[in-house]
Amino acid sequence: MNQISLLAPGHSGCAGCCDAMAAKFTLMGAGDNCIVVSPTGCLEVMTTPYPETSWDVPWIHSLFENAGAVASGIEAGLKALGKKEKTKVIAMGGDGATLDIGLQAISGAFERGHDFTYVCIDNEAYMNTGVQRSGATPYNASTTTSPAGKVSFGNPRPKKNMPAIIAAHGSPYVATTSLAYPKDMIAKVKKATEIEGPTYIHCHAPCTTGWGFDTSKTVEVAKMAVKTGLWPLYEMENGVVTKVRKIGKVKAPVEDYLKMQRRFKHLFTMEGGEEEIAKIQDIANMNIEEYGL
Amino acid sequence: MPREMTMDKSKMVVVEGSYAVAHSVKVCRPNVISAYPITPQTHIVEDLSQFMADGEIPNCEYINVESEFSALSALVGSSAVGARSYSATTSQGLELMHEVLFNVSGMRLPIVMTVANRAVSAPISIWNDQQDSIAQRDTGWIQLYAENIQEASDMTAQLFKISEDKDIMMPSMACMDGFILSHVYEPVVLLEQDITDEFLPPFNPERTLDPSNPLTFGAFADPNYYTEFRYLQEQAMQTALKKIETVADEFSDMYGRYFGGLIDEYQTEDADIIIMAMGSIVGTIKDVIDRLRENNVKVGLLKVRAFRPFPAEAIKNVIKDAKVVVVLDKNISLGMNAGALFIETKSVLYNTDIDVPVTGYMIGHGGRDIPTSTIDKIIDDAKEIMKSGIKTESQFTDLKEELV
Amino acid sequence: MKIVPGAVCEAGTSRANKTGGWRTFKPVYDYDKCIKCKLCELLCPDSAVKPREDGYFEFDYDFCKGCGICANECPKTAITMELEEK
Repeated sequence: MNQISLLAPGHSGCAGCCDAMAAKFTLMGAGDNCIVVSPTGCLEVMTTPYPETSWDVPWIHSLFENAGAVASGIEAGLKALGKKEKTKVIAMGGDGATLDIGLQAISGAFERGHDFTYVCIDNEAYMNTGVQRSGATPYNASTTTSPAGKVSFGNPRPKKNMPAIIAAHGSPYVATTSLAYPKDMIAKVKKATEIEGPTYIHCHAPCTTGWGFDTSKTVEVAKMAVKTGLWPLYEMENGVVTKVRKIGKVKAPVEDYLKMQRRFKHLFTMEGGEEEIAKIQDIANMNIEEYGL
Repeated sequence: MPREMTMDKSKMVVVEGSYAVAHSVKVCRPNVISAYPITPQTHIVEDLSQFMADGEIPNCEYINVESEFSALSALVGSSAVGARSYSATTSQGLELMHEVLFNVSGMRLPIVMTVANRAVSAPISIWNDQQDSIAQRDTGWIQLYAENIQEASDMTAQLFKISEDKDIMMPSMACMDGFILSHVYEPVVLLEQDITDEFLPPFNPERTLDPSNPLTFGAFADPNYYTEFRYLQEQAMQTALKKIETVADEFSDMYGRYFGGLIDEYQTEDADIIIMAMGSIVGTIKDVIDRLRENNVKVGLLKVRAFRPFPAEAIKNVIKDAKVVVVLDKNISLGMNAGALFIETKSVLYNTDIDVPVTGYMIGHGGRDIPTSTIDKIIDDAKEIMKSGIKTESQFTDLKEELV
Repeated sequence: MKIVPGAVCEAGTSRANKTGGWRTFKPVYDYDKCIKCKLCELLCPDSAVKPREDGYFEFDYDFCKGCGICANECPKTAITMELEEK
């Protein structure tokens, strides 16, 4: 089979699915000598309706909140059996499963220093259950449990900074990636899986269904997030930022990004929307300064 | 069939119950142990930790997990790659694992877990009753209840063998009364390594997570398939009914010790009154029976060792000729005003022609002591029932009326 | 077909599910413009872009869902999305 992807076709991801792309790039970076754990979520559901599976690598799904723990057990089991060698253990799941319900298990896994890589596919909401707000939902995004309304601009909180949390656990390698830069992601995954110890990849993954844009625009939206500074691309090694992908002299204003998506549309029509957009611009500016974008 | 318990006294050592169990786990050659502290099982994982630190468990990884949920979840991963996996818990920890218990059973991972039975919060209590494991009886785990430390220790090896059987592949709980068995020192014969290596072959599951043969574990099953997966689990439980018996026999042949497979009988052959119970209370009841038999009271004990799978046929067979059956439960199903062993025993008698009155006593909740005088009183009640029928079907025992 | 205990599946069996039926628009190559940069193959979420021996690519219409990412990202606009007539 002359196929670059270890994620087989025939899965029921939406046309233009960000999870499918993120999984594909992750597996390209990891290679076929790996075992993958996924928590409950879009990726898991769309790839494994019994008896079909899209995974051409060994893969296990247990529960929503325990990918970090299951990965720990896989790593320990392989070690005990003398089978670990070059086999990579990868946990791959969505933002809800990672930042919220699965946080404890990930924290434990990173604190104990298991040799595995956790890839968070961040589409900024609980997508599989119909676009509900998660700890990764950005400021003012409209979701079904943080909707824009007569007295609401949407989600009132900023994104939880998961890479920083993981770095604080002493992880040797933490990196952010974007679907707009697949070769960069593949290289970072390869690097993360080859470093011994618990490493973390946080992938920005625009969701056509949840964010509200045409199926063909997944990469375009992802690129715009990077260009505004809202999604900084960087690598951290042992807690220190060592590499940053600079945007260039001209940064895109956040409006260019926000107007592409239905979930931010209300900011352009509501009274007070301009001030809210300015607050989002502040977030982008802070990133640009902090990371030297 | 009563068996001789031949214990070689020269091999006995006086150890804490937890130590005996930890030793058994060590000797069963586990590959992954996950550990989280919770009274009263903590000594088990502490002893295992010391064994690890002293290099006494080869090919084993010990994971200090950050909660019981992760303790069992980690074993999902390790069992799936073919590692023999073990943990121990109780009470709140077991309840926290509730979701994972179903998951492990549904994924057919033969994990063995010691449950040092303890009462469940609220109110919070660290003392023994069997509510914790009883509350998990629907989750698809084999459950055996130990009478004494020797049995708790020996049961561990038996459960690995039962669970890992290719036609079963279901997880199991080795239940032992917390404090009463976990913290008490008794003379035991520790599980012998050489016999255990013969008794328990290496774990060799048919399907594992292996890059050389990639498989998907834990797919979702839509309504077209889900029922059949549940059916297969139930079939495995029914298969376990026999296996629990044959493994007990094999164990007896190899180690020279026998505790009963599904059940054990003590002086039931001619008994008018049969008491049914699980766990350490069995020891107390046997003492009372010995004394009463000297006064020609025809009372016997049906020790229920396997609660899951439920040994319906074995129980019916023993009690069918009794005049009254008294079931003791260290648990309660709130809203039924009755304990689980009583409820389930009654239910398997319905639709049969066994017409024996069955009455239930909920007893020992939250670690309340069960003196022999209480058993005496219960047997006196049973004698009344033989004369004039059941007045109260199910009741709390030793209730302190002045407090309510 | 007997089910496997634990709901275990053999690898890659999703290939039986021909998602090509989802499409409204289908991608078509203009090979004159194509520079063989391989970006379409890299990006396709459904692995529906297959390499040919001559270095160009062709679409696997059994699985292509017609998302249009390939067309949107192609640096040479060598792919157009055409309304599919059935």
